[in-house]
Amino acid sequence: MLIHASFRNYLAKRAIPAFLVFCMGSMGAAAQESPGQNVPLISGGVGFVTSTNAGNTTYIPVISPLLAAPIGNRILVESRAIILDPFSPTGDGKPGYKGDLFMGLTYLQADFLASRHATFVAGEFLTPFATYSERLSPIWIGNFQDAPLIVSLGTMETSSSVGGMLRGSVFATDHVSADYAVYFSAASTNQQFTAERASGGRGCLYFPTARLEVGASYGRQLQDVHENFEGVHVWWEPANTAFRLRSEFARGAHAGGYWVEADYRLSRFKNGESFVGRFEPVFRMQQTFRSRPDSNDGLPGANTQQADFGLDYRLPHEVRINTSYSREFSSTGNRNIWQTGIVYRFLFPTWRGK
Amino acid sequence: MKSRSVLLTCLAGAVAILPLCAQRIAHTTSSQAPPARLAQASTPADSDRGETLFKQNCSRCHDAPQSFSPRISGTVIRHMRIRASLSERDERAILHFLNP
Repeated sequence: MLIHASFRNYLAKRAIPAFLVFCMGSMGAAAQESPGQNVPLISGGVGFVTSTNAGNTTYIPVISPLLAAPIGNRILVESRAIILDPFSPTGDGKPGYKGDLFMGLTYLQADFLASRHATFVAGEFLTPFATYSERLSPIWIGNFQDAPLIVSLGTMETSSSVGGMLRGSVFATDHVSADYAVYFSAASTNQQFTAERASGGRGCLYFPTARLEVGASYGRQLQDVHENFEGVHVWWEPANTAFRLRSEFARGAHAGGYWVEADYRLSRFKNGESFVGRFEPVFRMQQTFRSRPDSNDGLPGANTQQADFGLDYRLPHEVRINTSYSREFSSTGNRNIWQTGIVYRFLFPTWRGK
Repeated sequence: MKSRSVLLTCLAGAVAILPLCAQRIAHTTSSQAPPARLAQASTPADSDRGETLFKQNCSRCHDAPQSFSPRISGTVIRHMRIRASLSERDERAILHFLNP
């Protein structure tokens, strides 16, 4: 997460200004054509998180803005960025704190709605493998501050791809719907748009009446060591309940693992606007399996089990407090992870529009 | 440390200003047009279908925003159509639900 000073200078001098110019251009184009409901928006989250991992505490102020600018009836330009500055006590008896600023784009993509069943995506986009990266990674959505241990499996370590993607709805009825996403990513060593040469895709079936989704993902890394990644996910949210179950399993040539997350809104006992009804207990179980060493895959070096216990509280005005305790068991040592955070979600138009 | 101080100041300012911006937007919206919210559609059938689709698709990942300007409802739905691979029919129904 930390970056070198040269990269920071590069961001400040090249990438960020280029991004701003690009966004302003997109928004300007959108302004020419936006009907009443299609004004570009700015959304995202701003928060402050603390994490105590094996006794070492890190403080993380973070802001993650999202821009979406429609152009005409078929194009959408969207981007999400993240700026954070993790800092922690210097230690060794020295006063003060140490840390480093990180800012970068999570994705920057142009979408073209070609037909009812196909949308072309070009640029840097979140790799469509399983569900976490695309759906739950925004800080204002995820129940836990930490991503699952297996998040880098199938997403080629960077979570983003640079190239093209075709995605859309195959069909949708009242009882079942199917969707797909296939992509190709070029190798990119640009510091801002880092990606590996890879291809893959994901297919999902969703049964709305049962609120059940099952999906399968496949990815193939096409540079250095060519290897395959496979994944499946199951989401279930029983109708008329406040219970949600989400799960993923993924494996590659050198490691695999799964996570299962369950949460329950206490709004079922009390009104959702009441003090009790705003609580949301969350539990996540994770396990990783190491079949051979790979220091670059982002997973723990040894087989690991981790249980996460969380309690979220949803304040009015789009503010949420997240707390969690995790216990990690591994042959390299067990440890406790305590996290707290507060996140404010914002969403507003860029201008008044016509 | 200097850059961190600047960032912290900016974050604190953003936290303080954004709710004010949101309130101002909501206030402006309320005086000019009905705010987009999870409310009644023009007919019960439209409302039921849009609300059902919203619960079946959007609410699986995130809570609905408490309110937002109707000027961005089309942008929100287009973004979600791509992200959630909604069908065109479902996109229209949810948009109608958000903007009765």
